[in-house]
Amino acid sequence: MPKVTIDGIGFDAPKGWTVLEAARFLGITIPTLCYHEGLSIWGGCRLCIVEIGAGGKTKLVTSCSYPVEEGLVVKTATQRVIHARKVILELLIAQCPTSKKLQDLAAKMGLGRVRFKPKWEKCIYCGLCVRMCEEQMMASAIGSVNRGNKLKITTPFDKTSEACRRCGGCMYICPACTVRCEGPSPENVLCGRCENSMQPTCLDVYDHYTCWMGLKGDCGTCVQEDLDKKCEAKDKEEAK
Amino acid sequence: MVKLKSGEQLDKYCEDILKKARKVPMIAISSGTCGQARGSLKLIEAFQDAVKEIKGEVEIKITGCHGFCEAEPNVIVFPDEIFYRNLKPENAKKIVQATLKGEVVSEFVHKEGGKDFVYLRDIPFYKKQMRIVLGHNPKIDPVNIEDYIAFGGYNSLAKALHRRPEEIIDEIKRSGIRGRGGAGFPTGRKWEIAGSQKGDVKYFICNADEGDPGAYMDRSLLEGNPHLVMEGMIIGAYATGATEGWIYVRNEYPLAVKHVTMAIEKATELGLLGDNILGSGYNFRIKIVRGAGAFVCGEETALIRSIEGKRGESRQRPPFPAVKGLFGKPTNINNVETLANIPKIIEKGSLWFSGIGTETSKGTKIFSLVGKAKNTGLVEVPMGITINEIVHDIGGGSPDGKAIKAIQSGGPSGGCIPRELFDLPVDYESLANAGAIMGSGGMIVMDEGTCMVDIARYFTNFLREESCGKCVPCREGTQRMFEILEDISAGKAQEESIEILEELGSVMKDTSLCGLGQTSSNPVRSTLRYFKEEYLAHIKKKECPAGVCKEFIRFSIDPQKCIGCGLCLKNCPQGAITGELKKPHSILPKQCIKCGICMDVCKFNAVFKKV
Amino acid sequence: MSKETIPEVNSFVEECVKTHGRFLIPILQDIQSEYNYLSEDSMRIVSEKLDIPLRDVYGVASFYQAFSFTPKGKHIIIVCLGTACHVRGGAAIADALSRELNIKPGETSQDSMFTLETVNCLGCCAIGPIVVMDGEYHGQMNASKAVKLVQSIKKRCSDG
Repeated sequence: MPKVTIDGIGFDAPKGWTVLEAARFLGITIPTLCYHEGLSIWGGCRLCIVEIGAGGKTKLVTSCSYPVEEGLVVKTATQRVIHARKVILELLIAQCPTSKKLQDLAAKMGLGRVRFKPKWEKCIYCGLCVRMCEEQMMASAIGSVNRGNKLKITTPFDKTSEACRRCGGCMYICPACTVRCEGPSPENVLCGRCENSMQPTCLDVYDHYTCWMGLKGDCGTCVQEDLDKKCEAKDKEEAK
Repeated sequence: MVKLKSGEQLDKYCEDILKKARKVPMIAISSGTCGQARGSLKLIEAFQDAVKEIKGEVEIKITGCHGFCEAEPNVIVFPDEIFYRNLKPENAKKIVQATLKGEVVSEFVHKEGGKDFVYLRDIPFYKKQMRIVLGHNPKIDPVNIEDYIAFGGYNSLAKALHRRPEEIIDEIKRSGIRGRGGAGFPTGRKWEIAGSQKGDVKYFICNADEGDPGAYMDRSLLEGNPHLVMEGMIIGAYATGATEGWIYVRNEYPLAVKHVTMAIEKATELGLLGDNILGSGYNFRIKIVRGAGAFVCGEETALIRSIEGKRGESRQRPPFPAVKGLFGKPTNINNVETLANIPKIIEKGSLWFSGIGTETSKGTKIFSLVGKAKNTGLVEVPMGITINEIVHDIGGGSPDGKAIKAIQSGGPSGGCIPRELFDLPVDYESLANAGAIMGSGGMIVMDEGTCMVDIARYFTNFLREESCGKCVPCREGTQRMFEILEDISAGKAQEESIEILEELGSVMKDTSLCGLGQTSSNPVRSTLRYFKEEYLAHIKKKECPAGVCKEFIRFSIDPQKCIGCGLCLKNCPQGAITGELKKPHSILPKQCIKCGICMDVCKFNAVFKKV
Repeated sequence: MSKETIPEVNSFVEECVKTHGRFLIPILQDIQSEYNYLSEDSMRIVSEKLDIPLRDVYGVASFYQAFSFTPKGKHIIIVCLGTACHVRGGAAIADALSRELNIKPGETSQDSMFTLETVNCLGCCAIGPIVVMDGEYHGQMNASKAVKLVQSIKKRCSDG
């Protein structure tokens, strides 16, 4: 059983587990989008990234696909990780502002602005529908077509597919169309009305979130004293 | 044809070839794809006709590219290596007659800086090169295996088959050779990992999907000396215990595919490939597979998926291809140029090889020196030579007097290096520290007439189309970067655009799934690092200092130079030019679409760009 | 070019499968080569013969630039947009030909005479900018020479 360390917690993980499975077992929250327990791993949304390694040589990898290995050191919510997740979310919301799942994630992570022009697309290419159709419903009626900026998910020739049994599995699993957000504000395309949360202030002082409340989105108070003390000290320095 | 069953039989075969060789002057005609594009096929006919008519003997050899592409079509006359350049079919007769008499035709020799350079070794383009990989290209007819064997071809394979695989891997490790495809991973280490995998099916792939725009050294090797690459491949396969091989060639290289196909046939006939190679008991077959037009398939996992008949999407690692690759089996992938170095390392030893180059980057590297330089072509130099030497001593500097501004190294995954840093030695680490990469060796020279914002936009556009689309940072990131660069180019951007580009670029680097995405922001980041003032000029001053971005330039006619011939008016696709015959013409700015055709056709240099 | 009736396409695809086995991309390359495009029928037949979902055949074919879903024109013009050609003015050539033929890169003219394509590097960088007309390479082109080349072919065709 390879021993891994996640956010400082040592854990003998069963061989074959991914970092995400190990983290969830320990009760640590890592946001995901294209991951689903019942489907194969895709690793495309990049939201579940974590920082692995130590010293100067760390890198970001997707926890849904990275296997546990002996001696692995993982940090799930460092400044680098949170910042990257926010930018990725920014790109996703600019693509599809009407996805409630994305809007909720944005509110939770304290995303304050979207600097890209919204495309108002209906799809975020997470591939869940494709894998659902193929692996659970055994139909393989829809798939990815073209590549790069012309990518889309559709049936062959954009025609009604004989392989499609109208099971609705694709709609069921879609994070963009399952529940639609009707309320993005026009100026910055963000809504945030369903999830009321305060932005945690840990990362203003520390290198990573210091407690489990950070990712739930309702914290910041325990750190306020430290922050006040630091600001006081800085003012004193400048006054000298 | 009888199969060769041992190294001794190969030696004898080689001796017989050398005995048969005619001791007469030989004219080698450069006929790779670029030579053919410039008319080498007609030149070959002319030479063949000229030789038929004479009384005396001159041999004509049709070879692959000689490397000095700017001088195509060219020939080299052996044994003295006289170099004649930019020839036309009507020049053939003169050259053949002079060759018979042992004379030189000075009108066709290379001229530079007011001097004549008759012999190849003296020509500045060739002088500083060290052509250990490309050296035999001018002497070998790529479709004739005997030419290759005559120069000691397949001898290294014969030697290697008598050594243990671990010994060969050790030799390669000690040589210090690193992958020449871009990443620079130590080849010996790669083979060690591949060799340690167990399995009764193991694959060895030669990656010839040379997708970097501007790089064509792999094409030249496969067209001009396919057996060199194959010999390296068979040695590598033997050392790593591979059972089957693939050469993955870009679809856009039909001549390379043709020559490699023929080379595989000939080598198999002779017993140098297939079952029981040279009687050693080792079996190895090579198949060719063609790419289908996707740059991302140069990346290992995407390449594997392409052979498997799937969309060329990359996947996460671990597991690495060496452990679980093609069809789930252990797979080793090497670049063409890397493999082309192997036979020489086996022949001359790792000590010899590691004596060339720098501490961390051993051996030579082939660069395709293209763009705004006088002498463009394929250049093979020892690692550690400076960029200055390549661009000025070998490349001859600027072709038209405009100051050279920078080079782009490493294709779309690379970056630019400004002229202030041209004293940098060329090796993996120096280029990486400067914000570029060695890449496959594409080196594009840019001058004052090149807009760095336009270059960043060009590469980002390329990458957003070639992205496989699987992961968000690459697919959305390249698209958004492109939109911002378009805005900057069109004068619609704010200063915060630069901050957004930098932030987006760093996230793309950190979080993309594969090498394409991780390096996709390099062109933007490196141009921002060294040429921020050009970006700011576009954003704040609404100017394009290089005179490229259409929004900021205006085409105008100089009334002093214009004689009113009307050629521009006739050729303007928009009818945007007015003027009477023999009187100075003028361009109507509202109708002008800035296509530049008027400038192309004007014989009096009267059309100019107002910045 | 072979005829396109279903039985003929069927036997052609069978031959391809015999040659290439289960390797999808070489089969599609042969069909593209033979018919100048991949028709819906040919892809359905491939899906049937290889017993793989139609979605896979279509998804693969749409990924790679070598395949087209509409027939190509009589004359194929390829403009190289590699970096070296770009630095020497390649983009202006593509724009000029686009205007001359009234089509975007990747499209075929209404009269099916010309298909305009761009490619990201042909490997002839030293003699760029390059335009390939029906397999023949033309080096050191500019916008005006490229337009004249197309106009000369148009004239040749209309003269008969």
